[in-house]
Amino acid sequence: MIGFDITILLASVVAGATPILLATLGETITEKAGLINLSLDGSILLSAMTAFVIAYQTGSSLAGFVAAALVGACVAAIVAVFSVYLKQSQVAVGFILTLMTKDLAYFLGSPYSRLQGPQVGPLPIPLCKDIPFLGQIFFNHNIPVYLGLAAIVVAWWFLYKTQPGLVLRSVGENPRAAYARGVNPRRVQICYAVCGGFLVGLAGASFSLCMKPGWGQPQGAEGTGWIALALVIFGGWDPVKASIGAYLFAFLQVISINLQGVFPSIAAQVFQVAPFPIMIFTLLLVYLVQKESVTRYARRRPLMRSIIKALSANAPASLGKPYRPD
Amino acid sequence: MNNAQKAIRGFFRYPAELTLLLGIVFAFTTVVLLIAGAPPLDAYYHIFRGALGSWTRFSYVIKVWIPLTLCACGLLYTFRIGLWNIGVEGQVTMGAIFATWALRFGTQSDTPAIAILLSLLAGIAGGALWALIAGFLKTKGGVHEIFAGLGMNFVAQGTTLWLIFGPWKRPGIASMSGTEVFPEGLWLPYQAALNISPVGFGLALGAVLLTAFILIYTRIGLNLKAIGNNRFAAYLFGLKPGRYMLLAMLFAGGFAGMAGSLQVCGVYHRLIPSISSDYGYLALLVVMLSNYNIFYVPLVALFFACLNVGSIQLPMMLQLDSALSGVIQGSLVLATLAVQALRMYLKERGTEA
Repeated sequence: MIGFDITILLASVVAGATPILLATLGETITEKAGLINLSLDGSILLSAMTAFVIAYQTGSSLAGFVAAALVGACVAAIVAVFSVYLKQSQVAVGFILTLMTKDLAYFLGSPYSRLQGPQVGPLPIPLCKDIPFLGQIFFNHNIPVYLGLAAIVVAWWFLYKTQPGLVLRSVGENPRAAYARGVNPRRVQICYAVCGGFLVGLAGASFSLCMKPGWGQPQGAEGTGWIALALVIFGGWDPVKASIGAYLFAFLQVISINLQGVFPSIAAQVFQVAPFPIMIFTLLLVYLVQKESVTRYARRRPLMRSIIKALSANAPASLGKPYRPD
Repeated sequence: MNNAQKAIRGFFRYPAELTLLLGIVFAFTTVVLLIAGAPPLDAYYHIFRGALGSWTRFSYVIKVWIPLTLCACGLLYTFRIGLWNIGVEGQVTMGAIFATWALRFGTQSDTPAIAILLSLLAGIAGGALWALIAGFLKTKGGVHEIFAGLGMNFVAQGTTLWLIFGPWKRPGIASMSGTEVFPEGLWLPYQAALNISPVGFGLALGAVLLTAFILIYTRIGLNLKAIGNNRFAAYLFGLKPGRYMLLAMLFAGGFAGMAGSLQVCGVYHRLIPSISSDYGYLALLVVMLSNYNIFYVPLVALFFACLNVGSIQLPMMLQLDSALSGVIQGSLVLATLAVQALRMYLKERGTEA
């Protein structure tokens, strides 16, 4: 790797992480309110298709983003209504929707395959981009990238520093207690499922309008939703940690693309599936660090202790168990 | 066969609900077709003719029905114990890989029948192995079976591509069309007049009967159900949930692996990149729509197979994507859940009033 430039590498990590970051943040918010939206993998594709087609038809990528966000919100709303009001298993509904939205995207999108459509151009932020080193990494991108960066801060601030954020978390932990305090847990869950779905939709749009412009079958976004779902667990349901996970993941992807050039003898397919064993391994690690024997081993080792502290987290106590009124 | 009678009666007990269900799906699919700018009635007609228009077409339906039913039978074990075996897709693929591996040795053998038998067994072993890995990750590693299974699916897919483009590539040029076709001696016995393989059909039918027997009449079936309903109570009763989970995964993986090996030695006669054709994922929908009841599984699988085969006509006749079948299948299962919820709601209101 001659001419290897750390700035370019990190900048491409920041740019490449955007869709997965948006999806992870959206799912974190939804799960923090106690609801699992398993449909991510399909709804990202459906919103990616919608974004491209709408932007292609209207010529405006803004319209594409809005439409994609609405699609993401709609899919999330279906999961939420089925689980909260119709008392059906949210895993089942989420999985059905994963398959169905994917097929819907392929079916409706097929006339638009491999067309040249609008895409979002770069928009360097003046002044900021001239900051040495950091400017090139963070402030020389397109709008969705900034949106993703802003969403981390906003999600963290909202969840931990505001009253509605407290209500959201209380519903995820103990909906019954929240109800006793005058909160309607069902309404809160529906609301944040839709908000989360909105971000998932934006993730889809940032695929088809920025990251991998255009539509095709396969689009290239396949599998992202599952990675995002795993990153939520990796991040311990914390938006900041989950975002770090998303960037780490994007870093691994960029590295693996570079490694492919270094080791041409290893087939490309190996690098393409590499994220998934890593996903399993990470989840295994998250589980193992909470074992007592591991904690005992780490007690006298400061480095291990801090790793364990960073990885250990508890799921919202009522995750996946929607509130049922008496 | 008390259970069978109950199942059959249940199927016809709710004509109003069935009408409502089909109405919802029909309306939704029509809207989707109109959005795509396609004539809905033509599309339905082509799907129907494509699936049932002739015996040849119907024999294709049977070819899809076999792996779908096998996977669905396996999934019943895992659903019964409360596991979401999404990894069934990868288990089919692994079964196919192992079966191909065994058949490659068979090309030099003088007894093709034994080679085919061995490849079936290898397929079952491959699927079971892949399922057991996911099972151990679940029981010993605390990794949720959805993530474990899904990750393993992608790994199996990657392995297939690597084999096709690497070690097992065709002499000359490797391509997406798969490995080299096996000599005809290594093809599963095949009934030319009916255009189906009686062995595959028989195995699928046998799987249905075996599964019905094990789940309804044996202690294993009872214990799986007990653990699925209340894991902690079953544990106090002296059952070991972890062990039974692995057993359920073993069954699921075995049947899925058998489906995979039948795809290799009965249908494609080689390893292709999309050897599992998403039948594993589809089988999950089949089981859900069957309401986790073994006696509905063959019927629902047949219907889904019809939709899959029928929709292949869409690209040729109407320049539409064949993914429409997935849209219909998904909306059907979703609408069933909604109708089920409606029934529950009406019942609750009935008891309150």
